[in-house]
Amino acid sequence: MKLDARCPSGPIEQRWSNHKMDMKLVNPANKRKFKIIIVGTGLAGGSAAATLSELGYQVDAFCFQDSPRRAHSIAAQGGINAAKNYQNDGDSVQRLFYDTVKGGDFRARESNVWRLAEVSANIIDQCVAQGVPFAREYGGHLANRSFGGAQVSRTFYARGQTGQQLLIGAYQALERQVQAGGVKMHTRHEMLELVVIDGHARGIVTRDLVTGKIESWAADAVVLASGGYGNVFYLSTNAKGCNVTATYRAFKKGAGFANPCYTQIHPTCIPVSGDYQSKLTLMSESLRNDGRVWVPTQQGDTRAPSQIPDSERDYYLERKYPSYGNLAPRDIASRAAKQVCDEGRGVGPGGRGVYLDFGDAIKRLGAKVISERYGNLFDMYTTITGEDPYSAPMRIYPAVHYTMGGLWVDYNLMSTIPGLHVVGEANFSDHGANRLGASALMQGLADGYFILPYTIGHYLATAKQPKVTTDHPEFKKAAEDVRARTTRFLAIGGKRTVADFHRTLGALLWEKCGMGRTEKGLKELLQEIPVLREEFWKNVNVPGSDASLNMALENAGRVADFLEFGELMVRDALDRAESCGGHFREEFQTPDGEAQRNDAEYCHASVWEYQGEGATPVRHKEPLNFEFVELQTRSYK
Amino acid sequence: MTTGKTMTLKLHVWRQAGPNAPGKMTDYVANNVNEHMSFLEMLDVVNEELTKTGEEPIAFDHDCREGICGACSMVINGIPHGGHKGVTACQLHMRHFQDGQDIYIEPWRAKAFPVIRDLVTNRSAFDRIIASGGYVSVNTGGAPDANALPIPKKDADQAFDAAACIGCGACVAACKNASAMLFVAAKVSHLSHTPQGKVEAGDRARTMIAQMDAEGFGTCSNYSQCEAVCPKEISVKVIADLNREYIKSSLLK
Repeated sequence: MKLDARCPSGPIEQRWSNHKMDMKLVNPANKRKFKIIIVGTGLAGGSAAATLSELGYQVDAFCFQDSPRRAHSIAAQGGINAAKNYQNDGDSVQRLFYDTVKGGDFRARESNVWRLAEVSANIIDQCVAQGVPFAREYGGHLANRSFGGAQVSRTFYARGQTGQQLLIGAYQALERQVQAGGVKMHTRHEMLELVVIDGHARGIVTRDLVTGKIESWAADAVVLASGGYGNVFYLSTNAKGCNVTATYRAFKKGAGFANPCYTQIHPTCIPVSGDYQSKLTLMSESLRNDGRVWVPTQQGDTRAPSQIPDSERDYYLERKYPSYGNLAPRDIASRAAKQVCDEGRGVGPGGRGVYLDFGDAIKRLGAKVISERYGNLFDMYTTITGEDPYSAPMRIYPAVHYTMGGLWVDYNLMSTIPGLHVVGEANFSDHGANRLGASALMQGLADGYFILPYTIGHYLATAKQPKVTTDHPEFKKAAEDVRARTTRFLAIGGKRTVADFHRTLGALLWEKCGMGRTEKGLKELLQEIPVLREEFWKNVNVPGSDASLNMALENAGRVADFLEFGELMVRDALDRAESCGGHFREEFQTPDGEAQRNDAEYCHASVWEYQGEGATPVRHKEPLNFEFVELQTRSYK
Repeated sequence: MTTGKTMTLKLHVWRQAGPNAPGKMTDYVANNVNEHMSFLEMLDVVNEELTKTGEEPIAFDHDCREGICGACSMVINGIPHGGHKGVTACQLHMRHFQDGQDIYIEPWRAKAFPVIRDLVTNRSAFDRIIASGGYVSVNTGGAPDANALPIPKKDADQAFDAAACIGCGACVAACKNASAMLFVAAKVSHLSHTPQGKVEAGDRARTMIAQMDAEGFGTCSNYSQCEAVCPKEISVKVIADLNREYIKSSLLK
């Protein structure tokens, strides 16, 4: 596997401009001759589908949901970063670049991150032009707030529903192209195979989730925008349908998978309340603008929070990280929460929780102001827990939220399979080992609106591949593989449900490959996961038929892939014998419990290559060169 | 570490094997329902039990389970999403039910939302309504600076209030005419409160209404049932905005 990142050279602020100049173009009249498949219609896929169709390409877009508007981007609450410097507080492209590289613990590619920061400002302009109702000040100008890992206010927001509003903007642009005939939208279709012909990605095989029909689709290029793999842990803040299948199927067809061990645990989620729990709910990071995080100083202090005087509270983020305080980055805030709970100072049932307290903010600003800022989040908290955060502090605990790892892509967002492009959370490119808050929306839309539309044209102009149809033997074979797998699930007739296996896998991974990882635990997982997988294929119960809507069957396919992918994630975590960002190997920490990187040996992206059923995948390296930001120990003190 | 009290519930659920199959209410007992479960988690538990006994689980749409994606869609005891103010079915928690209670669970019922299976309906009509004009006609690229055109906070807030629609379809399910008026009006109101969306406000109102009619949704007779069940609490005032744009544009056409 050859890893050529194709990063331009020269001054970093000119790289993207120069690269755009160097790329080949497709003449407007020729664009309509090219067909592009897009899998996933969230911020990245939806914006890409709309933009490519506007340019004149024929687009076939697919999503497993009943409407592209329901993609999980919709759940993002807090905001989207952009280097606009509207607040005159010293923000710039360079500062957003620096914050992102540092926030990612120096494990991202500099050229990509600069480009992301550079196009960030265009995103806000574009969204406003679409009618996205961002929060505004009384003078009519856009409002900003702060997010973790930054000392400037560069986050644009639409109450606590920023992701929804941005997605609706992209969705409307997409539906406009559906009406114009440039996009054919296929809802309730799940991609189950990638088709590679003569080394190029040429199509996909899908299952129609309503009729069960297996269909093949040919194209000149394929784009995966299928999101992250956080649901490998079963419990996460991801929507129930989020899965790794599209990217994992591509991995099995030869696409390199980069840094699967980089998973983000979000510090502020509603704690687990019982074994029946199906998902975890995030409480936006924006709450840390006004909320103060604390636990009792004493172990096992079961007094009500109002009965614990200030002198007996430990505002541990403010104590440990005075310059960033409650806005320490996610990985750091999560680990700090785990540490105080491990010390026996956690609160609530089971002792796995910390307080997020708005008492001081309410005293200072009044409940009305707090309600204007966070009303819907407070309501959501009350709905779920039955408790009132205006009168008592919220209880929160870290939960799996986002995955920085993903399919490896070069500067053109193309994977190791020519023609297969990957955008948004599904790729690995911009966040290194830890993503900063409000940067996921930025990356998804940067990729879809402003980067892929240029780079995919370069591929189409230079690839010169003959047209193929779905009659090609590779399509027949891929469709046959899908059929065989479906038949196999339905024939097992075992005793355990799909969800039961998923829960077991998730619990194992959370325990040993979650917030803290050790060589011993990871090695145990490499024994335990294959055993669980073997049992799954013998003892899973998938009722119903393949010729109708069958959600158990859909889930069986996703969980089967998670059972393989989980092992890849563990292998990567074991291989990376250092701590960085969201990857915390307990053996590698500073005396005060911070992540200790090993730049001499691990300043690279780890890219895994599939070797066939049952064979151990091979790890390749893309070295990371830091020319513009000096490698240093990340400090938020 | 499960805490909280448990209860037993008598469920009556609409089961329908496919779009053309006959459907009927089927009875199930839900045991060990914890008060902290969401309504969908309660159904998960029922489905796990059904699967173990070899029966097919109850199909229902769901995804984010935090009240924002708009996928979940069921009528609970006669009311879309179950009748708790501002809450989708996925955010309805079992602490609002009593031990031993009967619960009737049905799909959205509207000609324009045909049942696919059990509680799952086909709501693609909503996508086609948006495609007919629910957008600002702007291509990617070339947008002016976002602060070039100030928008009064009041307008931005009103636009947001309408834009909060999650497209779940509860408004249609609640309406005796199965009208999609609140859905259409929310989009028209959202965009017509922004200067970027004002330009096409009239055409948008007419094309979206025409598409709504073509899909088989009924007309509005101002009962406001839609507002009562809307999980995002969108006010029927948006329908006045729609009517204004529609009439203005029809007169000026």
